[in-house]
Amino acid sequence: MELPIDYATLRIIWWALMGVLLIGFALTDGFDMGVGALLPFVAKSDQERRMVINTVGATWEGNQVWFILGGGAIFAAWPFVYAVSFSGFYLAMFLVLGAMILRPVGFKYRSKRPDPRWRSFWDWALFTGGFVPVLVFGVAVGNVLQGAPFRFDSDLRSFYEGAFLGLFTPFTLLCGLLSVAMLVLHGAAWLTVKAEVGPVTERARKLGETAGLASIVLFAAGGFFVAFSGMGYRLEGLVDAAGPSNPLRVVSVHAPGAWLDNYSRHSWMLAAPLLGFIGTLIALLGLRFNKAALSFSGSSLSAVGIISTVGLSMFPFILPSAIDPRSSLTVWNASSSHLTLFIMLIVTVIFLPLVLAYTAWVYKVLWGRASTAALATNPDLY
Amino acid sequence: MDPAVVDLSRLQFALTALYHFLFVPLTLGLSFMLVIMESIYVMTKRPIWRTVTRFWAGLFGINFVLGVATGITMEFQFGMNWSYFSHYVGDIFGAPLAIEGLMAFFLEATFVGLMFFGWEKLSRVGHLFVTFMVAIGTNFSALWILIANGWMQNPVGAVFNPDTMRMEVNDFGAVLFNPVAQAKFVHTVSAGYTIAAVFVLGISAFYLLKGKYVGVAKRSMTVAAAFGLASALSVVVLGDQSGYTLTDNQKMKLAALEAMWETEPAPAGLAAFGIPSLAERKTHYEVKIPYVLGLIATRSIDKPVAGIFELVATAEDRIGSGVIAYDALEKIKANPKDMAARATFETHRRDLGYGLLLKRYVSDPRMADAATIKKASWDTVPNVPVMFWSFRIMAGIGLLMIALFGTAFLLVTLRKHQTRWFLVLAVAAIPLPWIAAELGWVLAEVGRQPWAVEGVLPTALGASSLSVPQLWTTIVLFTLLYGSLAVVEVGLILRHIKKGPFAEQEAFASDAGEPAVA
Repeated sequence: MELPIDYATLRIIWWALMGVLLIGFALTDGFDMGVGALLPFVAKSDQERRMVINTVGATWEGNQVWFILGGGAIFAAWPFVYAVSFSGFYLAMFLVLGAMILRPVGFKYRSKRPDPRWRSFWDWALFTGGFVPVLVFGVAVGNVLQGAPFRFDSDLRSFYEGAFLGLFTPFTLLCGLLSVAMLVLHGAAWLTVKAEVGPVTERARKLGETAGLASIVLFAAGGFFVAFSGMGYRLEGLVDAAGPSNPLRVVSVHAPGAWLDNYSRHSWMLAAPLLGFIGTLIALLGLRFNKAALSFSGSSLSAVGIISTVGLSMFPFILPSAIDPRSSLTVWNASSSHLTLFIMLIVTVIFLPLVLAYTAWVYKVLWGRASTAALATNPDLY
Repeated sequence: MDPAVVDLSRLQFALTALYHFLFVPLTLGLSFMLVIMESIYVMTKRPIWRTVTRFWAGLFGINFVLGVATGITMEFQFGMNWSYFSHYVGDIFGAPLAIEGLMAFFLEATFVGLMFFGWEKLSRVGHLFVTFMVAIGTNFSALWILIANGWMQNPVGAVFNPDTMRMEVNDFGAVLFNPVAQAKFVHTVSAGYTIAAVFVLGISAFYLLKGKYVGVAKRSMTVAAAFGLASALSVVVLGDQSGYTLTDNQKMKLAALEAMWETEPAPAGLAAFGIPSLAERKTHYEVKIPYVLGLIATRSIDKPVAGIFELVATAEDRIGSGVIAYDALEKIKANPKDMAARATFETHRRDLGYGLLLKRYVSDPRMADAATIKKASWDTVPNVPVMFWSFRIMAGIGLLMIALFGTAFLLVTLRKHQTRWFLVLAVAAIPLPWIAAELGWVLAEVGRQPWAVEGVLPTALGASSLSVPQLWTTIVLFTLLYGSLAVVEVGLILRHIKKGPFAEQEAFASDAGEPAVA
C-alpha cells in the first residue's frame, strides 16, 4: 500500500511527537508533581494544605493522562524503546509506579477523615508522589544520555546488564536534581497563579526562587558534563532512514563529545538550551516582582527548553547502548512499521486538538484561585 | 529463559490485573447509573435525585481513584515484565493502548474532576453533559483495552516480518473489528453494569433493612433493578461465546472449559456436571444437556464441536510446519537476501508460533525429536479443571443475577421495596458478580495458554530477561501496597455508606431541608 507520507518523515514526526508528549506531561502533570513536592513546605496548617491540594484537585487526573499516554505512545510508535527501557530500568520504574499509585489515592483519600495522623500520612504520600517520579525521570534521562548497558541477541530479545544502583552516578543524580528543580519551580509558579494570596504564595515564591537558581546552575553543569566527560554516540556508514526497524542492521559507535555535533551543524538548535536558561530567568523575574502569569510562562518555557535540549542533542539517537553500541536505538531503527506510524498520526491529528480544546474548557470553568474560605462551604473539595 | 522468571512474571501480571479489575467494572457501570440518576434530576428538577446522584458519585470517586492508580501499573507492565512480547507485537498491540489514552482516558480523567467540583459552576444540563462524558470515556477505555486483549486471543490483521523479527500490522480495520474483541467488549461492559447494579441494589437494600434514608434507597433500588435486569440478561445472552469457533486456540478453550476430550458429534451437548481428570484425560460422572453446546458454539444443531484429542493432533501438525518456518527464518537472519528461504517462510509463516512452542524443551526447535513434538502439542491444552470449574461458577452466578434482578424488577414494579427476605438476599449477593468477573478473566487468560498471542508467541518467550530476586521484590511490594490500599478503600466505602447521603449536603441551604424520607 502506498502511504501519503514516507517512512523517514513519519519517523521524524513521531520523534517530535514523543517530545511533544513529554513536554505536555512536564507542563501539566509537572506542576501537579511540583506542587506535591512543595506541599509540606509551603503549607503548614491543615487549612493551608487543603487549599494547596485544591489548586490542582480538579485537574490532576486529566494532567496525569499525559504520562499514561506517553507510555502508550512510546509503546505504539517506538516499541523497542518501550521494551528495552522499561524492562532495563525495572526497579526504578517500579519506584515510579509505587509513588504514582500513592498520588491519586492521596488526593482523594486525604481529607476523608479528620484524624491528623491520617492526613499527615497522605501529605507525605503526595510529597513522595511528586518528588520521587520527577527525580527518577531525571536520573533516567541522565542514563539515556550516558548510554544504558543493554544488548540484543539475533532474535532482538534485549538483555540489560546493569544493576539498580548503577543507575545513580554523579551525572545522573545531577540530571535528577535538575528535573526536580525545574518542576518545583513550575509548581511554585503554579501556586502563585492558583493559590490564595498570602503566606502560602509567599513561601512558594521563596522556594521557587531557590529552585530556579538551582535549575540554572544544574543545567549549566549538566551541559559541561555532556561536553567534556566523554559522552556521545555517532552513526557510522550509510544509514537507510526508511530501512527496517532492526537495530542490528545499523552501525553506531561511541564518540566522546558527539552530543554537541548537532549544534555545530544546525546552529538554530542552540535556541533550545537558550530557552532553558531564558525561561528560568523569566520565571525568576516573575517570582521576584510578583507577576504570577510571568512566572508561570517562564517556568513553562524553561521546561520546553530543557527537555528539547536533551532530545536535540541526541538526535537521531533515542537510547544508545553503552556495552554494545551496535544495539543502540535510533530514530531510524527503533520505530513501528510505516503503516502503524501513519495510522497513529491520523488518530493523533484528530484527537490531540480535541483533547486540548476540552482541557482548556475545563480549566476555564474552574478558573480562579483556590481559597481556604471555600473549604468550609464546598463539601466536594479535597 | 528461566522458567521461574516466566512463572513469577505471570503471577505478578495476574495479581495486578485481577486487582485492577476489582475497581474497573464498578466504574464502567456506576458511571452510566450516575448518568441515569442525574438525567432524572435534570428532567424532574427534584433535589432528592441530586442527592441520590451525589451520594453514589461519592462512592464512585473512592472506587475510581484506585482504578486509575492500578491502571498505571497495567500500562507500564508490558514493557517492564513482558519486554519481548512488547517488541514482538508492539506494532499492533501498542496502538490500541495509545488510542485508549488519547480518545478515552483523557476524556474521562479530564471531566471527572469537573464532575466532582463543577456542581456549583455549571448549569444542570452542563453538569449532566460532564457526567455523560465521564461515562462515555470509561466505556471507550474498555473498548480499546478489549481490542488489544481480543487481538491476543485472535491475532488478525498482522503478519510476521523477518527483517524486524516481529509482527506488523497489515490491516488495521481487521484489528478494530475483530469479532472476538467485539464480543469481549459487550460481555465485559455488561458484566461491569451488572456489578454496579448489584452494588447499588445491595447498599440500598441495606439502608431499607435499617430503615434509614428510605427515600434515597427506594429510588436507587428502582434504578438498579431496571439497569441490572437489562445488564444481567445481556451479560449472559451476549456471552463471550460468539468467537469460539474462530481459531484453534479458541476451539481448544471451548473444549477445555467443557472438559470435552473427544470430538462431540452433532448435536453437541453441554456438560452440566462432571469431574475432569487430567491424568486419565477423561471426565468422570458427566451429565450432559443435549443440543445446548452445539447451539452456543456453532449456532447450529448439525455441526460437531472439536474435542481436545482432535485439536492436539492439529497442533502437532502445525508444530511440524512451524519448525520449517523457524529453519527458514534462521536462514533469512544469516542472509537477508536468501530468496529461497523467504519463499519457504511465506508458506509456513502462520505456524512459526507453533514451532516456538518447542523452545521450552530445546533451544533450537530444529533439534526436537518426535516425542518432544508430541509433548509440546499437549502443551496447547490449558488447565482443564480450572477452566471447567471457573466456567461453571461464572455462568451459575450469571444465571443467579438474572433471577436476582428479575425478582427485584418485579418487587419494584409492585412497589414492594420493603420485602425483607429479598433485601437480605440483595445484601448477601454483593460479592457474587465480582467473583464471576474475576473468574471470567481467569477463563479468558488461562484458556489462552500456552500463548501470549494465540498461535504467534508462546507466553514463556514473552517475558523480560529479569532475575528472580527482582521479581520477588516487586511482587512482595505490590502485594503490600495493594493490600493496604484495599483495606483503606473498603474502610472509606463503609464510612461513606455509614455517613449516608445527607452528610455532605448539610452545608448547602438548597438541600438542608430535604427530608430523609421522601
